[in-house]
Amino acid sequence: MIEVLSFEFMQHAIIAGILVSLASGIIGSLVVVNRMVFLAGGIAHTAYGGIGLALFLGIPIFAGASIFAVGAALLMAFLTLKHRHRIDTFIGLIWAVGMAIGVILIDLTPGYNVDLLSYLFGSILAVSLDDLYYMSGLLFVVIIIVTIWYREILSVSYDSEFASLMGINVPLFYTLILVISALTIVIAIKVVGLILVIAMLTIPVYIAEKLSKNLLWMMFLSGFIASVFTVLGLFMSYVFDLTSGATIILVSAVSLILFLIFEKFQNRQKLI
Amino acid sequence: MTLINIKNLSFGYSEEKVLDNIDLQVEQGDFLAIIGPNGGGKSTLLKLILGIQKPRSGTIDFIDNSIPIGYVPQNININIDFPVTAIEVVLMGHSGTKRPIFGYSTSETMCAMQALREVGMEGYAKYRIGSLSGGQRQRVMIARALCSHPSVVILDEPTSSIDANGQKQIYDLLKELNKTMTIIVVSHDISIIMEYANKVAYINKTLSFHDMKQTKTKFSLHPQDHFCEVELLQLLGKNS
Repeated sequence: MIEVLSFEFMQHAIIAGILVSLASGIIGSLVVVNRMVFLAGGIAHTAYGGIGLALFLGIPIFAGASIFAVGAALLMAFLTLKHRHRIDTFIGLIWAVGMAIGVILIDLTPGYNVDLLSYLFGSILAVSLDDLYYMSGLLFVVIIIVTIWYREILSVSYDSEFASLMGINVPLFYTLILVISALTIVIAIKVVGLILVIAMLTIPVYIAEKLSKNLLWMMFLSGFIASVFTVLGLFMSYVFDLTSGATIILVSAVSLILFLIFEKFQNRQKLI
Repeated sequence: MTLINIKNLSFGYSEEKVLDNIDLQVEQGDFLAIIGPNGGGKSTLLKLILGIQKPRSGTIDFIDNSIPIGYVPQNININIDFPVTAIEVVLMGHSGTKRPIFGYSTSETMCAMQALREVGMEGYAKYRIGSLSGGQRQRVMIARALCSHPSVVILDEPTSSIDANGQKQIYDLLKELNKTMTIIVVSHDISIIMEYANKVAYINKTLSFHDMKQTKTKFSLHPQDHFCEVELLQLLGKNS
């Protein structure tokens, strides 16, 4: 059990898992309180177009996926700000078109038989040192942005009309939140895959929200809870020889159910 | 002294006018109640005064263009599950022009605590906003508006989602605030008009204005008199 830690791929996997969990905790909190979960799902799937583009052009996967995801985020931010009531239609559209572009581009890539499943469900055991640098850099950028503009982000997320009256540029911060979400989603795809990203962004956040008095604490706590789930899921996937991304999500889901039962039990005790 | 001078103001979201040829002067120290039916244009008038909407024709002049206005929006139950404490909500009332690089300055926090003290909520600073009662939450929202040291505070239906006891507290608080600032309040609540407001503007596309001293004498209100709210509203609705 312990000897597995001596493998480099496992060390990389654990570090990547924690880096991505911390970023997901921050971003997931923002996504949940701004009710952008469906938008985040759309961005995650659209990113597949970027994966196809990267393979087609022979550029790094993170670069291609990031370009596509940020493009999707900007488009969705623009559409949300202009046509709020039709946004679900647009998200569905962008979501499907992004994936379709990815599939076609991979078809057109000569001699490359890509493992689609590794993008759909993650490939945390194949994290390179470069990937780790990219993930650390992104986590650093996310922390800096959220720290400097915490008060604006909080204000816009809580009551955008009032924030606008106070002179805060609401569209700018709304777009900023979506763009850093898109970048985080791209690194989270590496860990749990694009289908499961949504669970990674929401399950730890849901638990943390119940235990937190404010957004800052919720971000820290979500990051911590997500790290525990990821490392635990990783070990279970190794022990039982299961797909790591799916195992991480199921560990999170089971923990959430246990948490809800525990919470209900505690509430009942309070009533007695 | 006239703080806000509205002249020949008209506005509409589409072809149809929501407000037509409104004239209204708000004097310093006024407690102005804006009443009228739903869809009559009350909230639209507030949005025009706050600058969220621009008039189609006519003008809104302030005594001084930098006059600070505090705003308390209608829906205090917005984002009730949001993880945010009362003091953090109040801190959002700062304009943030002289902000430090990280977080809030000590003077901003002190000012927010002072605002909570003014509304009697200083003991709840660290409470999560969703755990407060409707009346308490409304007082936090008023504290948020006080952060900008406003000369005018505008409230949109401040008691619509609050129990009777909480409503009385809000009105008493507004009366207290009215000693140092001008209050404009949109309300359905007839008691606020009779007890607290010195002026009433009835808006249903057009505006009819009432000075409450005259209206009260016209009605010769004595505690033992029978008093019908419907009659009063009809009277206020008539163009005088």
